Amino acid sequence: MTLASDHRTPPPGLAIATPLPDILKKVKPRTGFVGFLRRYPTIAIGGFLLLVLIFVAVFAGYLGTVDPTAISPSRRNRVPSELYWFGTDMLGRDLYSRVLYGTRVSLTVGFCVAIFASIGGLAIGLIAGYVRWLDGLVMRAMDSLMSIPPILLAVALMAITRGSVGNVILAITVAEIPRVARLVRGVVLSLREQPYVDGAIAAGTRTPMIILRHILPNTLAPMTVQATYICGSAMIVEAILSFIGAGTPPNIPSWGNIMAEGRALWQVKPFIVFFPAAFLSVTVLAVNLLGDGLRDMLDPRASKGH
Amino acid sequence: MTRPLLEVNDLKKHYRIAGGLFGGKPSYVYAVDGVSFEVARGETLSLVGESGCGKSTVGRAVLRLFDITSGQVVLDGQRMDDASKDTLQTFRRRVQVVFQDPFSSLNPRMKVRDILAEPIRNFGLARSSAEVDERVNKLMDLVGLPREAVKRLPHQFSGGQRQRICIARALAAEPELIVCDEAVSALDVSVKAQIVNLLQDLQRELGLALLFISHDLAIVEHMTHRVAVMYLGKLVEVAPKRELFAAPRHPYTRALLSAVPLPEPGAQRERIILKGDVPSPVNPPKGCRFHTRCPHAFERCRVEEPELKIAPGDHWSACHLNDLPLAENPMVTPLAS
Repeated sequence: MTLASDHRTPPPGLAIATPLPDILKKVKPRTGFVGFLRRYPTIAIGGFLLLVLIFVAVFAGYLGTVDPTAISPSRRNRVPSELYWFGTDMLGRDLYSRVLYGTRVSLTVGFCVAIFASIGGLAIGLIAGYVRWLDGLVMRAMDSLMSIPPILLAVALMAITRGSVGNVILAITVAEIPRVARLVRGVVLSLREQPYVDGAIAAGTRTPMIILRHILPNTLAPMTVQATYICGSAMIVEAILSFIGAGTPPNIPSWGNIMAEGRALWQVKPFIVFFPAAFLSVTVLAVNLLGDGLRDMLDPRASKGH
Repeated sequence: MTRPLLEVNDLKKHYRIAGGLFGGKPSYVYAVDGVSFEVARGETLSLVGESGCGKSTVGRAVLRLFDITSGQVVLDGQRMDDASKDTLQTFRRRVQVVFQDPFSSLNPRMKVRDILAEPIRNFGLARSSAEVDERVNKLMDLVGLPREAVKRLPHQFSGGQRQRICIARALAAEPELIVCDEAVSALDVSVKAQIVNLLQDLQRELGLALLFISHDLAIVEHMTHRVAVMYLGKLVEVAPKRELFAAPRHPYTRALLSAVPLPEPGAQRERIILKGDVPSPVNPPKGCRFHTRCPHAFERCRVEEPELKIAPGDHWSACHLNDLPLAENPMVTPLAS
């Protein structure tokens, strides 16, 4: 029964109210992908920048680059020009090509460390959080690892191995695992006290399934956020290691290597350091923006209210 | 007398709070310190007491969510506190739980169907996926939720509906005893009444025994057969509902009952206000645990711990006053209401 089609006469003494004017502007809530991007602008910006950088890394060879290791002594230290967009370094290598190829190293190291440190930290954190008698032992070991600054630890690990991108990833992963493990352990400790875990135990679910079905899925949200921050910090640590000559071997162009080589000429040819540094900053910023956005999305209480 | 469904004998649970990996003098919280009671088939026993008295710990010990310090939990003549993994699994099927907070007692990432299917699968109560669905549908009918709702996630339900899901999960295992740990305390009054009635209906239909842990004496009076009153880790009084509400034999029970608000406006009961705070369960008082706050405490209470003694009408109480001649016992005067 709709009122519009209702032609009854009102009872005596009463009148049918006239419809109210539309004073409120009609708001059409945006849904779907566009709505999502508008609600989380940090994810949109961070994600877009990161996609561009991934594109650059994958297609570095097709973006007007030359061999980044080709030496050309006659064209040393050229300032940026139409021919050499970012200039050339002290060995005459094209900086544009070197910086673009360097994206590969940074992204590889960042993503690999984020994935490996997450997996390792997740495993250690779950065990420490759920197996009570192991907790003290494992977490003290993690604490002692954490008492060493991550860069020093990575330098030490690089000193006993041969310089290669794989070893850089390994060294930074080892340094980052305790941070993830500590986070996961904390989350697990609070999750295992949740009534739904007790309910599942009472419902006859055995420990491995409790961890897989009730604990693990609920640690993934904070883990994802942490993984993006680890990705950002791993890129910085890689650049630092390369800068001090303890990271990526010098024959592979990485942003840290390029900056290290340009350091001597900083006062006269600042562009050699500027371009890789700018790329590094933008990359880390993109990753961190994405992390902030993910945190807001996955933990609605932390956001400023939507 | 037939064998009770659940027997708890001298249950103790002490938590260590100091002294860890690097030593230090250990000290303990005496959360539950010697509690014994029985629950018959189809009976409701309410466990009441103020917060922190250990009533939830008793409930969790009965569920065997942790290892108890000492004592026995006996289900149908079988000891469960030291049971092997396999006997424990059959025990778990027979004893289920409904918790207080309907918002944290359901995994936020699992659909209702999966939540209800979990106990059915764990206890092997269905042979095929179709049979699981059939059982899940029956459970939804039983607790009065629409069948289509099985595809939804817990956050899409209201508090009362979630509590119905929790009850359905408990029923999924076809239990004989359900521990209701403050199962209705977090709900508002109208929903509370619905859930209490649902529990009573289910109890009648399925012959369930309930261990109803609560601090809400009005609800307890409405739905229970017997009441056990706890204070600081010990039982002070166990009696059939009518007995206990009409003629409490322990001063603590009296004080508790006097605090129940009367539903008539303007009506006033003679309040018994207890002085002081509940002593810490780390350092319980010697003698009777209640003597520090008892209005009737005398010399013997400070020295000797009273034992639960039976009086006519299956009325157990742990108070030295009941050993006094009738004329001197302040507990014999009926409760003014």
